[in-house]
Amino acid sequence: MKQLGWTVLAVILAAMPWIAGEYYINLASQIFIAAIFAASLNLLVGYGGLPSLGHASWLGLAAYISAWMSLKLGLGHWLTAPVALLGTTLIACAFGWISLRATGLGFLMITLALSQVLWGTAYRWVSVTDGDNGLRGLTRPAPFGISLDGATSFYYFALAVTVVAIVLMAMFVASPFGAALRGTRDQPRRMGALGHAVWTVRWITFVYSGFWGAVSGLLFVYYNKYIHPASLSITGSAEALLGVIAGGSGTLAGPIVGAAIIMLLKNYVSAYIERWNMLMGFVFVLIVIFMPEGVVPGTRRLFLRMKRWKSG
Amino acid sequence: MQYWIIQTLNSLALGGLLFLLAAGFSLIFGLMRIANLTHGSLYMLGAYVGVTVLKFVPNLWLAALIGGAVIAVFGGLIERFILRALAGNALGQVLVTLGISFIVADFCLIVWGGDPIPVQTPLALRLPLRVGGVAFPTYRLVVLGIAVVTAIALYLLMERTRIGAMIRAGVDDMQMARAVGIPVSKLFTTVFCLGAGLAGAGGIIGGPIMSAYPGLDADMLPLALIVVMLGGVGSLLGAFVGSFLIGAIYTFGTALLPDLAYVILFLPMIVVIAFRPRGLFGRQTV
Repeated sequence: MKQLGWTVLAVILAAMPWIAGEYYINLASQIFIAAIFAASLNLLVGYGGLPSLGHASWLGLAAYISAWMSLKLGLGHWLTAPVALLGTTLIACAFGWISLRATGLGFLMITLALSQVLWGTAYRWVSVTDGDNGLRGLTRPAPFGISLDGATSFYYFALAVTVVAIVLMAMFVASPFGAALRGTRDQPRRMGALGHAVWTVRWITFVYSGFWGAVSGLLFVYYNKYIHPASLSITGSAEALLGVIAGGSGTLAGPIVGAAIIMLLKNYVSAYIERWNMLMGFVFVLIVIFMPEGVVPGTRRLFLRMKRWKSG
Repeated sequence: MQYWIIQTLNSLALGGLLFLLAAGFSLIFGLMRIANLTHGSLYMLGAYVGVTVLKFVPNLWLAALIGGAVIAVFGGLIERFILRALAGNALGQVLVTLGISFIVADFCLIVWGGDPIPVQTPLALRLPLRVGGVAFPTYRLVVLGIAVVTAIALYLLMERTRIGAMIRAGVDDMQMARAVGIPVSKLFTTVFCLGAGLAGAGGIIGGPIMSAYPGLDADMLPLALIVVMLGGVGSLLGAFVGSFLIGAIYTFGTALLPDLAYVILFLPMIVVIAFRPRGLFGRQTV
């Protein structure tokens, strides 16, 4: 049954460009990017119990580094991509060192303050970031000589990256290290007493999560060929966090489903009304009050209850 | 000389406004363990409400009082009907305040539009004060004065009154405070209203300096966060010192290195968090 589900999903994803029009293919690519972004945040929020409200930093930083290097230094993608990933990860090392001085709400406030600093800098450091105009005129890379300018080729590229990212994150969570991480979430003092380096476990997770955030940032800037300070704003971080919570934090599928829901809502609703921010605010309030555990665990519980009811 | 005096006064005025914002944030966080992310929005909403009140009553101070009262009621409603329902769920409370801040921001955009709305400086305070050939911008001095008076009033409230003693007891040990019969529930609403009202009044008092514009909330909230982390959670003195420190760093940073002012803001925060995670005057770790 489960295998059948996976096969159907794989076939649908692979055949998407033949079934759907360009609009939907592009929408799917955007969902992939948002899914990697939310899944990477989920490592911290769901498995580490560390609510970060500054995850947009990683998406924005990677995008800005890559864009700046190719526009202002004229370097090729083969160099900008690894440097953007490395640079963002290094900054994640530093930010993690600062933010993890605290846990819980303190951690949340520090990550928020740090990411707001980056956001403000992106607006004001005009000589580097072009400020409110954003960096435009970017190109997509052509790995192995295949141009990604078409919707279909970019779709497959994003799909491939997403599969690799999700598998690697799933392996991270399933590993003994992932078990230790969940331990530090539930019982930090006991884990410390058992000889686990609680702080280091959290820090490594922070950096790993930042790395995958950076990967989604590269995809983001390749897709849009444009980057604006708004990508670093609290709205970006909050959307991702909402995706994680709405889908169900601490589950593998939750953030992906959540990110997809948010992306679909955003695309369809903003076609009819301009008030995306207000709608997102209401979704936030409603989800926290009425579905605090998220859509995926909620549905699973319903499913289990039905099964039990059927079997008598 | 003139330039530096003006910059210094700018930094003191910004510090004063930050204090009005951060004092409430710090008290709410210290007492209720709620990181109230609507605080920046309450400041902005205060500024906009003040703008509207000014159309009917041409007096800035009256507008600040009315605006502050409106925002205090609004804050009290949020606390009673939304945050109360999520008691004990710290992450849920933060997310709800974040959601409300998006709603408020969009609401302001709908009602007051996207263009910045300037606020007139009261007529009597428009001329600079001249002492020995140097001109001091009067309004900034007045803002500084308001902040200092508010700080003293809050200090007296906290240290010399029964309510203040109850709030301090709640900050230090909530369960014990409950056990000895302190009406913690009423205290929560009172402190939330007070904090929200201060932020709202700050928004309109800051109007002649900053005007009211979309994004004011996102500009002020991180400053308040940094102030509270610097000064220490739940500490009035910490909020006071932190506000003027950040006001100075931000103003002089913007004047000297406009590109990197935001990065400079960071530095004191890193130093304090690295060596003293509870903040300069904090009694509890964040």
